[in-house]
Amino acid sequence: MITLKEVKPGQTVLVDDVKVTGQARLRFMAMGVIKGAQIKVKKVAPLGDPIEVQVKSYNLSFRRSEAEQIVVVPISAPM
Amino acid sequence: MSVITVALAGNPNTGKSTIFNALTGARQHIGNWPGVTVEKKVGKVSKGGRQINIIDLPGTYSLNEYSLEEKIVNDYLLREKPDLVINIVDASNIERNLYLTLQLLEKNVPTVVNLNMMDEAKIKGYEVNIETLGEYLGVPVISTVATSKKGISQLTDLLDAASEAASTKTGSRLWAEYLEELARLKKSHKDGDPEGEEIIEARYHYINKMLDKALVKDEEKVTFSERLDEIITHRVLGIPIFLGIMYLMFQLTFAWVGQPVSDWLDGFVNGPLAETADGALAAVGAAKWLHSLVIDGIIGGVGSVIVFVPLIFTLFLLISILDGTGYMARVAFIMDRAMRRIGLSGKAFLPMLIGFGCNVPAVMGCRALDSEKDRRIAIMIAPFMSCGARLPVYALFAAIFFPGSESVVTLSLYLLGIFIAIIMALVFKNTLFKGAAEPFLMEMPPYRIPTLQTVLLQTWEKGKGFLVRAGTIIFSMSVIIWLLSSYNFSGAAEEINESLLAAIGGIIAPIFALHGFGSWETGVAVLTGILAKEAVVSTLGVVYGVAELAEEAVEAATQLQASIGAVFTGLSAYAFLVFTLLYTPCMAVIGTFKKELGSWKWTLFSALYPFVLAWLISLLVYRGGLLLGLG
Ligand SMILES: Nc1nc2c(ncn2[C@@H]2O[C@H](COP(=O)(O)OP(=O)(O)OP(=O)(O)O)[C@@H](O)[C@H]2O)c(=O)[nH]1
Repeated sequence: MITLKEVKPGQTVLVDDVKVTGQARLRFMAMGVIKGAQIKVKKVAPLGDPIEVQVKSYNLSFRRSEAEQIVVVPISAPM
Repeated sequence: MSVITVALAGNPNTGKSTIFNALTGARQHIGNWPGVTVEKKVGKVSKGGRQINIIDLPGTYSLNEYSLEEKIVNDYLLREKPDLVINIVDASNIERNLYLTLQLLEKNVPTVVNLNMMDEAKIKGYEVNIETLGEYLGVPVISTVATSKKGISQLTDLLDAASEAASTKTGSRLWAEYLEELARLKKSHKDGDPEGEEIIEARYHYINKMLDKALVKDEEKVTFSERLDEIITHRVLGIPIFLGIMYLMFQLTFAWVGQPVSDWLDGFVNGPLAETADGALAAVGAAKWLHSLVIDGIIGGVGSVIVFVPLIFTLFLLISILDGTGYMARVAFIMDRAMRRIGLSGKAFLPMLIGFGCNVPAVMGCRALDSEKDRRIAIMIAPFMSCGARLPVYALFAAIFFPGSESVVTLSLYLLGIFIAIIMALVFKNTLFKGAAEPFLMEMPPYRIPTLQTVLLQTWEKGKGFLVRAGTIIFSMSVIIWLLSSYNFSGAAEEINESLLAAIGGIIAPIFALHGFGSWETGVAVLTGILAKEAVVSTLGVVYGVAELAEEAVEAATQLQASIGAVFTGLSAYAFLVFTLLYTPCMAVIGTFKKELGSWKWTLFSALYPFVLAWLISLLVYRGGLLLGLG
């Protein structure tokens, strides 16, 4: 079991479980971060945090502390 | 004449404003939603004997009331019941955009779906089947490219028939099935939570089902925007590029464009304009007092603010351009980690930056912050960003007391402001607004070239407050200061220090007895500075009896040299500048505090604590300097 935090830029994964809690959980989900969604990690900010990912066909940015609470399954090797 | 109301709803950045402008010809009335300063844009068009009111709703991702904007949209749909909602959907990002569409349709408001950005979708290799989409949604679907006005005529035709369109809402079998499924899910929810996770998943499930049929995707292409972003937010290059852009912005404002235009305007106001007014007044044989009122009071006072407008407008123009390109999201992305050190999110960086132009839009801009606590902290520290109006005060004193090192002195004040803001943010975070950090969740829009119209409109909307203030507050204050300085209770004052103004200043002066600037003149300047910071300089000009104060700091300095030089020392002048930097923000900001913080208690606190802080720190500077033998 790995979390989105451990995924390297360039890799694509499937969301298995969103463990973010509270209202933030619904916000993440409404933005399309739900079980089964495909997420591609695009980059890490120059200072090391936050990260930028591609969800559906747009880019979203959030912090590693939240990425750590999103359980994922890898589906492709880094290119 | 019958009136129909049409509301534009959609995600942020989908082209709502562009479409609004196209429909209304940018004839709009901008106000606020009740109780908050979220912008409310209303445009009126007449069509075939009917009036159509078009309302631009704030951009939202959902209707779940996660944010102020979402609450506004929800309330609006519930209470005002528009005749038609045009749901603007970004076709290049259709999956997530349709989420809001489903929520709108579930509320059963008459809706037309407008797929915008069809050009970008095409570049991405998306092909949308509009008929199929319509079948799944059960409402009319049209497509547009707002920037090149493609499809807009279809939209205006629709407005012509707006009320009919609303009644012809047909629905479809697929949509009915979806609603049944949703109703079943809601019922099975024991706790009755209407926005539970299953519902969210069901919506995305339906969107996927619909797009399976209605969307053909080409092989994923790397867009130009993405390649550009590789460089702009590059791990190594990102920060130098960011610093470079900030540097460019400030050079353009303060050195290359804004300042020179301001200087030119200054020459005009105090040269030809003052002379013409002078000549005209003499020609009609105006009384001495009227002459003095116009030249010293109005041209002196209002002029000192007007000459400042080019600077402010340049800054707002640049901010609008950056905003339109999508770079601002990258600023938040790059600065988030640094901002988190002081307990705020990267989204707070932008309002702080705007604060260097004017604190009013800075305080308003804090709305971008997701958490209420963060928003309050950001609002309360934003005024420590030294706004453009404080600059003439620094320039004047630096030219008198620190010739040759003006820029060092000015820079030191800007840095002190930032330093105090950081300290106060930390203090607030650990006392008044304790609590866990809110997550940071932000869309990174693609880079775009903003249209000229958008940029100019935004610049005007942001900057016109300055012009309004010059015409209202500054104007009336200049007249009042002039009156108070010319009269006392027994009539016209012979000398200014026998005037009412001197009496008022004399009451304030003792507060600064320990600071080295406890004269009635500075007392008055501090007072008027609360009305508008730039008034500190114009007030000193009036009270020190300089009839026409030059706006060029160096010239003004020679005029005021003797009088100010006699009252201040270098050290007390610097202490006064520190006080000016930090004390109570101007009325316009206090008014914005009230709107944004919502209560008088917090407004008063936010207005008063900087006064105490400024008093202490400038005392520290003065006394410390004396001890070090700098006096
Ligand atoms: N390529 C393309 N760009 C568009 C189109 N419509 C709007 N834009 C651009 O997209 C950007 C955002 O447009 P706005 O009209 O400001 O969007 P908005 O939805 O009002 O944005 P918010 O005010 O943030 O909610 C601008 O730079 C527009 O010029 C379109 O059809 N095609």
